[in-house]
Amino acid sequence: MSEGTIVEQARPLELQAAPGRRGRRLPFSPWHLVLFPTMLIMLVPLLWMLVTSVQTLNETRHFPPVFVPSRVHLENYTQVLRMAPFSRWFLNTLIVTTASVAGNLLFCSLAGYAFARIKFFGREVVFLLVLATLMIPFQVVMIPTFLIVKRLGMIDTLGALIVPNLAGAFGVFLLRQFFRTLPIELEEAARIDGASRIGILFKIVLPLSAPALATLAVVTFMWTWNDFLWPLITIYNEHNMTLQLGLTTFQGAHQTNTNLLMAANVMSMLPVLLLFFAAQRYFIRGIATSGLKG
Amino acid sequence: MGVRRALRSDHAVGWALAFPAVFLITVFGLVPIVWSFVLSFQKTNLIAPNPPFVGLANYRALAKDPVFRLSVVHSLIYTALFVPLSVGGALALAMALNRKIHGIRLYRTAVFVPVVASTIATAIMFLVLFDKNFGLANWALEKVGLGPFGFFESVDGALYSIVAMTVWGWLGFDVIIYLAALQGVPQELIEAAAIDGAGRWSLFRNVTLPLLGPATLFLVVWSTINALQLFDEVYFLTRGGPLRATYVVVYYLFDLAFQRGIAGYAAAIAYVLFLAILALTIVQLWVGKKVVYYSS
Repeated sequence: MSEGTIVEQARPLELQAAPGRRGRRLPFSPWHLVLFPTMLIMLVPLLWMLVTSVQTLNETRHFPPVFVPSRVHLENYTQVLRMAPFSRWFLNTLIVTTASVAGNLLFCSLAGYAFARIKFFGREVVFLLVLATLMIPFQVVMIPTFLIVKRLGMIDTLGALIVPNLAGAFGVFLLRQFFRTLPIELEEAARIDGASRIGILFKIVLPLSAPALATLAVVTFMWTWNDFLWPLITIYNEHNMTLQLGLTTFQGAHQTNTNLLMAANVMSMLPVLLLFFAAQRYFIRGIATSGLKG
Repeated sequence: MGVRRALRSDHAVGWALAFPAVFLITVFGLVPIVWSFVLSFQKTNLIAPNPPFVGLANYRALAKDPVFRLSVVHSLIYTALFVPLSVGGALALAMALNRKIHGIRLYRTAVFVPVVASTIATAIMFLVLFDKNFGLANWALEKVGLGPFGFFESVDGALYSIVAMTVWGWLGFDVIIYLAALQGVPQELIEAAAIDGAGRWSLFRNVTLPLLGPATLFLVVWSTINALQLFDEVYFLTRGGPLRATYVVVYYLFDLAFQRGIAGYAAAIAYVLFLAILALTIVQLWVGKKVVYYSS
């Protein structure tokens, strides 16, 4: 696996510009002329969200748009918290996300290690079946998945959001591949010393696997935090909703309150954004090595 | 003694460790694949027990359903626009971002950030940005003498507005893949070609682009699969409207199964969608095999 160095090391592809066109050179790289406007376009939706979230209702309903609000109306944020069970949605999302991340880290580590290092009966076939589920789009199987969760009595509970997501083929595959790159000599030495498989996994393998575990954690966090379709199908009661579903309800109820909707949106995005800035390299590695957004 | 040894054997330990994940993946991943197939031959509303089998009736109805045909057409139009725009745009952007200049990290972060925005968060941002009356987009378009457009509210423009929005949301993802692939391009090749007198365009066309083949193939396959699954944005912004202008396959499937209780029929649609995705992927991989150059 290539280590997450995409951000850190760039290799300029073309050589230095050919000489002979001197005199007309800019004091900076001409690429800024392309990249700066691109950056602005990419950031406009996010910046505009921040601006409208602190505007008054009248300012959001003005043409031409008001770029500088009369005052920073932070009370929009507190008003959202009063108007909707927003803190409840936040808590629900946090519970579901934490449980999914923890479940994936534990169960995918155990299974990934078994598939990587232990020769057990049926290993190849089972692994192939696990991989097969990676290829199936969720939309194709959402109806029977709903029926299974219903039969388990978990519809309209957080369990419906947690249990099916406690382990996934993506995590098993990612960790198996990573474990296989570790030097096997350490594990063999520990086995000769009489260590159990579990002991080796937790004392030797996992401490060496921090980058892969972080990648899995970050990807699972983002996927679970942002998931919409599955909660939409399984959750009906407002008090069991996650943020993505809550935002949809909120938008339906307060359609014209753009400023409040934007404040709610900023708050719902904040944890993922913070995680992105804190763990950018793991985000990028998670995407670069697997290709999974959600 | 024998029992203890059996419990300590690799077979027992291997299964014990793999079991929790394999069990969960079986119940929530493998069983639904089979069940989905069975459901597509049944008449069910998700509530009544023991739904009756109706043979191929669901599939036969599908062939004659004008709404299904409409949703397929919209999904295909969306896919045909989304895939080249996002992958092509990302290629151009990755080439521009793959250099050491001041502020490059800032530029890259700006391109990556939308990746973490959820589909709903993105839809909320663009709902305001693309507002018919007060939106920033119409203000900017007015400055260059265009518009105003109705965007999500217009029959002609809604689907294209969703294309624009989702390209914004996915560009960073594709750029990350391309930048990772560009790191694998051996510098010696570029230098050798440059010494042989290759120009910039020729370098890109004949050296860099072929080396990016595997990444491009992956992104085309991946984006196609994703595009055919478009749902969240449609549900949030347009509910398939206006006048069914954004009615896409998964929205129809959701509407049938979970709002109208015609789940057997919806399962048939799900299976057709699955086969379509599978077929498209195989075709793309087959074409890719002929076109894409693998260095190793």
